[in-house]
Amino acid sequence: MTTTMKPMFHSDINQGNAQSAQGANVSSNTPTVNAIEIKNLNFFYGSFQGLKNINLNILERKVTAFIGPSGCGKSTLLRTLNRMYDLYPGQRAEGEINFYNENILEPGNDVNLLRSRIGMVFQKPTPFPMSIYENIAFGVRLYERLSKAEMDERVEWALNKAALWNESKDKLNQSGLSLSGGQQQRLCIARGVAVKPSVLLLDEPTSALDPISTAKIEELINELKKDYTIAIVTHNMQQAARVSDFTAYMYLGELIEYGKTDQIFIKPAKKETEDYITGRFG
Amino acid sequence: MISRDPTLFAKRKRANAFGLTFSLVAMSIGMIFLLWILAILLFKGFSAISPALFLEISPAPGTPGGGLANAIVGSLLMVFFCAFFSTPIGILAGIYLSEYGDNNKFSQVTRFVTDIMLSAPSIVIGLFVYAIIVYQVKHFSGWAGTVALSLIAIPVVVRTTENMLKLVPSTLREAAFALGAPKWKVSLTVVLRAAKSGVITGVLLAIARVSGETAPLLFTALNNQFFSTNMNAPMANLPVMIFQFAMSPYDNWVNLAWGGALLITFAVLGINIIARVALREKVSV
Repeated sequence: MTTTMKPMFHSDINQGNAQSAQGANVSSNTPTVNAIEIKNLNFFYGSFQGLKNINLNILERKVTAFIGPSGCGKSTLLRTLNRMYDLYPGQRAEGEINFYNENILEPGNDVNLLRSRIGMVFQKPTPFPMSIYENIAFGVRLYERLSKAEMDERVEWALNKAALWNESKDKLNQSGLSLSGGQQQRLCIARGVAVKPSVLLLDEPTSALDPISTAKIEELINELKKDYTIAIVTHNMQQAARVSDFTAYMYLGELIEYGKTDQIFIKPAKKETEDYITGRFG
Repeated sequence: MISRDPTLFAKRKRANAFGLTFSLVAMSIGMIFLLWILAILLFKGFSAISPALFLEISPAPGTPGGGLANAIVGSLLMVFFCAFFSTPIGILAGIYLSEYGDNNKFSQVTRFVTDIMLSAPSIVIGLFVYAIIVYQVKHFSGWAGTVALSLIAIPVVVRTTENMLKLVPSTLREAAFALGAPKWKVSLTVVLRAAKSGVITGVLLAIARVSGETAPLLFTALNNQFFSTNMNAPMANLPVMIFQFAMSPYDNWVNLAWGGALLITFAVLGINIIARVALREKVSV
């Protein structure tokens, strides 16, 4: 890998976009590092090709949104990034996904260790059938040996990160299932944050939630991007516009356009992207 | 306005009434026999229920009084050891089938054999254990009885565990994997925990099933007139005791058999009710 300062974009994007993206990073005073570089990625469900030659970089400590109509491959792409597809026989990926210089698609990689560094939150809240405290401690215990006091501190820290501490501090021993849907989703985010990953993948994290919970989670994403690289799949274009720094538009397994979110939403380079964003298609 | 055909509606109502009547009749036939059995048991067995039933051992032929203490303790011991061995074996096998087996040949064969074992006549299982244990060591024993009961209980636990684990949504598994948890940890701490009440129900139903089994004990634990907790010796147990006493010419023996039958029936009924309550309280930590 080259430690390039310039993010590598889809070849169809003109140079101006790339430069403006770089400019944004310079102005926010953080060095631009690619957390994940995807090169020539193809993905297959058996004989069906779900992703076609994807090339894009996900920048460190930025929010990258993936939009596109149902079945376009955006969730599939997210699930290749932590090799979640490994759970299902018949699914395979070809190409390169470099996570801080390391190709995660190489056989022999420790998938569990990888997943502890690239966390994921799903569409539906999935609290484990245990207490709120244990929900968070579960993941931490997998990779760290903490004393009771340290664990208490970590649980509080994670719940604070997910803006759930105030609502849950008096009932840490109650079941995670006793929380409301929006709270459950924040618990899942807290759980993901608690293991201190460097990347968080959010797969339509608010599609099952009401507008108020959605707003809370969006605030949270803004807060979390100070420390984490975030990739989010969403069906809600306003959400992509609100929370992301970069947006990728996908269609039928292909990456159609990728660039700064402002650029994509105000002046997309491609006709297809414009049609989708303006609601003429999709 | 859509025109509706009134005859079509009337026809559907008739079909509904017809179906409802038949299902009610079918249900009441079942209920009548169940209540009949319970009523006769209560009527005939109730007089045998006394402290002596629980405190005294089975009487010798011709002697009055006596109880079933030896048979109750024997049954409890064998059912306890059966649960002790078949619960972990059954649950682990169920986890294998649901979480690891996918559809490989080995799990297909296991599933098939388990299904056969589920419906195997219990007397065959009794004879099998007689052949491999009792015949080899030349004497009947509580352990042989435990093995026979376990062979009946394990398939029940395996299948209910597998079915209950399969009901756990895959999103929950994925969420645990997404934290970097290894598969065994996901299976044991997240999936099994989510299906906890269903799995417990399976174990309870298996216990209920074996606690009334007579045939497998007839060839294995046999019976014992005296009080014994030696699992290496023939062991008294309620089903076989009921079988022998009910066929006997002595009135007090027949009476004790009714008492034992009442005891065992209500124990099984109780376990079933507990199992149903456990299943209902699904959302619990």
